[in-house]
Amino acid sequence: MSSGDIAVAVRGLRRTFGDFVAVDSISLEVKKGEVFGFLGPNGAGKSTTIKMLCGLLLPTSGEGTVGGKDIVRETEEIKKNIGYMSQRFSLYEDLTVGQNIDFFSGIYGVAKGRKNERKEWVLEMAGLQDRRSALTGTLPGGYKQRLALGCAILHEPPVLFLDEPTSGVDPISRRNFWDRIYDMSHAGTTVFVTTHYMDEAEYCDRLALIYRGQIIAGGSSADLKERYMKRQVLEIDAEEPVEALEVISRAGLDGVDAAVFGSSLHVVVADEKVAVPELTRILDAAGIGVRKIETILPSLEDVFVTLIETS
Amino acid sequence: MLSRIRHVVIKEFIQLFRDRRMKAIVFVIPVIQLMVFGYAVTTDVTDISLAVFDLDKSAESRELFRRMESSGYFTVRYFAGSPEETQDLLDRGLVTVALQVNRGFSEAIRKGRPAEVQVLLDGTDSNTAQVAMDYAGRIIRKYGRDLAPQAAEQGQPRVALATRAWYNPELLSRNYNVPGVIAFVIMLTCLLLTSMAIVREREIGTMEQLMVTPIRPLELMLGKTIPFALIGFFDMIMITAAAILKFDIPIRGSFPLLCAATAIYLLSVLGMGLFISTVSRTQQQALMATFLLYIPAVLLSGFMFPINNMPHVIQYFTYLNPLRYFLVIVRGIFLKGNGVDILWPQMAALLLIGLGVMAVSSLRFRKRLG
Repeated sequence: MSSGDIAVAVRGLRRTFGDFVAVDSISLEVKKGEVFGFLGPNGAGKSTTIKMLCGLLLPTSGEGTVGGKDIVRETEEIKKNIGYMSQRFSLYEDLTVGQNIDFFSGIYGVAKGRKNERKEWVLEMAGLQDRRSALTGTLPGGYKQRLALGCAILHEPPVLFLDEPTSGVDPISRRNFWDRIYDMSHAGTTVFVTTHYMDEAEYCDRLALIYRGQIIAGGSSADLKERYMKRQVLEIDAEEPVEALEVISRAGLDGVDAAVFGSSLHVVVADEKVAVPELTRILDAAGIGVRKIETILPSLEDVFVTLIETS
Repeated sequence: MLSRIRHVVIKEFIQLFRDRRMKAIVFVIPVIQLMVFGYAVTTDVTDISLAVFDLDKSAESRELFRRMESSGYFTVRYFAGSPEETQDLLDRGLVTVALQVNRGFSEAIRKGRPAEVQVLLDGTDSNTAQVAMDYAGRIIRKYGRDLAPQAAEQGQPRVALATRAWYNPELLSRNYNVPGVIAFVIMLTCLLLTSMAIVREREIGTMEQLMVTPIRPLELMLGKTIPFALIGFFDMIMITAAAILKFDIPIRGSFPLLCAATAIYLLSVLGMGLFISTVSRTQQQALMATFLLYIPAVLLSGFMFPINNMPHVIQYFTYLNPLRYFLVIVRGIFLKGNGVDILWPQMAALLLIGLGVMAVSSLRFRKRLG
């Protein structure tokens, strides 16, 4: 891969706060135009990493580039070439939609001739053409989120950082939001997104899982499932899922983890050939009717739970 | 760079004029302070309540009371019938001064002997008592001279005292207070508005958003302080206009000099506001910090209590107080017509403090952002 195809690259990036190691020597590469998912539980080091990439925080050691600019020496240059949107949708609620756009347009130094065009583009993208004079604070969450996205990309940055962009937004708005992200990615923008919604992680081209400051897995969603999921996942459709869970847990089978998943059970097993007859027998003995039992493709959540348990 | 600063300034003004509380700070504070300092807190002593205990009951004693009243400083409220009654009136605070004329007062006057009257004062309010004593003494001495000009001439002292108060001949406290309002209002509004505007951005998270844009800390700092500097000027002009038009206070010095001094003064107060924003996490904290700074600054400015009377340690502190210097400048320009030739030490001190405070605050401001 030539360096011209790389939007974000870091090597041995480390950041400590006193004795606490927030980010522990991570390395990663994000290709241009990619949607890169950065996953991990709260406090794993996601935000610290993003802050270092955006030039808000200097690394304790290690190096990296964003859009070809050095994250230690060229932070001012980086800021001109990135868009950043956080879960707080940091807009001015006491300014109107139009005033927010004009303000950020001015701060990003959007050229005079482009300003109007960009403004209209954002209004259309956010579906706010008719509400440009509305106070931002009065908008529903989904609109605020899209407006915040629009304000973060007024200057058409080649790299976009999204820090848990969809928290607190309804599912339809989330879907809608991801459609916009895809459009931008197709147009060549690199998107670096943190999330803890597993369904959103599935939308990403590639993923990295960070846990306790370290990247413990990386690759595409399919890669991860294949590489890290040595065991199989059975979906059991039983009459009394909660009771069934209890029965299975009490049986204390080796290498078997069960969890309620919607109205059914997901049971991770080492070998389905052994496990299926055994589970059927146990549930029968307990008098719980099993409607269906089958091997399914593990979800990312299954993968991550397994990965975190083994790390 | 200029364009980014301009956009922040515009944004601040839009937010300022949309926020009712902020608008109140800009427009209501000056008006209230003008009312308070222009009308209410006058240290001029007039209309002192007086009790008279007249044992002589003569034309001469009545003439004395009449003179007391017609001076405009005293109002006779009670005629006491006994020394106990006089004491009771003073005890209960119904009168500030009691005047006792003994039997034989008129006879002594007619015979050319020295006549005596007794003046009792409620000294709990030492300032008023002092002034009342002075007024009463003057009226009584004048009466004595009018009654016996020859005697007075004989006893005329060799050195005669002729007092004249310069710059404020009528010694109106309003002339002293109202120009001071400029200093107080600028300080209070700038401290409040600057610190609140910055802390609010931190509270709602827009500060973080701004930090990932190409805006530099210096640009943000200027964008955040210029609007309030303009408001400081606006307040200054408003109060100056009210002082001249409404309170008849002369402005004998140069208005451009007042503007220049205000600009220097703004450096310190905006710097202080900036400093507060770096030590406060919430708007409430900023508000508290503002008053923790403002009240001592006013008390130790020499406005109400002369700095020379303060303990030495405290006096050294006052050298760091920008109000101390600006009050001298404002009064110098308004009442004395002073120019730079006289006010330069104050202006230099103010500039020094301003630059120092600004330097410390902007360093802290940068650090907080980083």
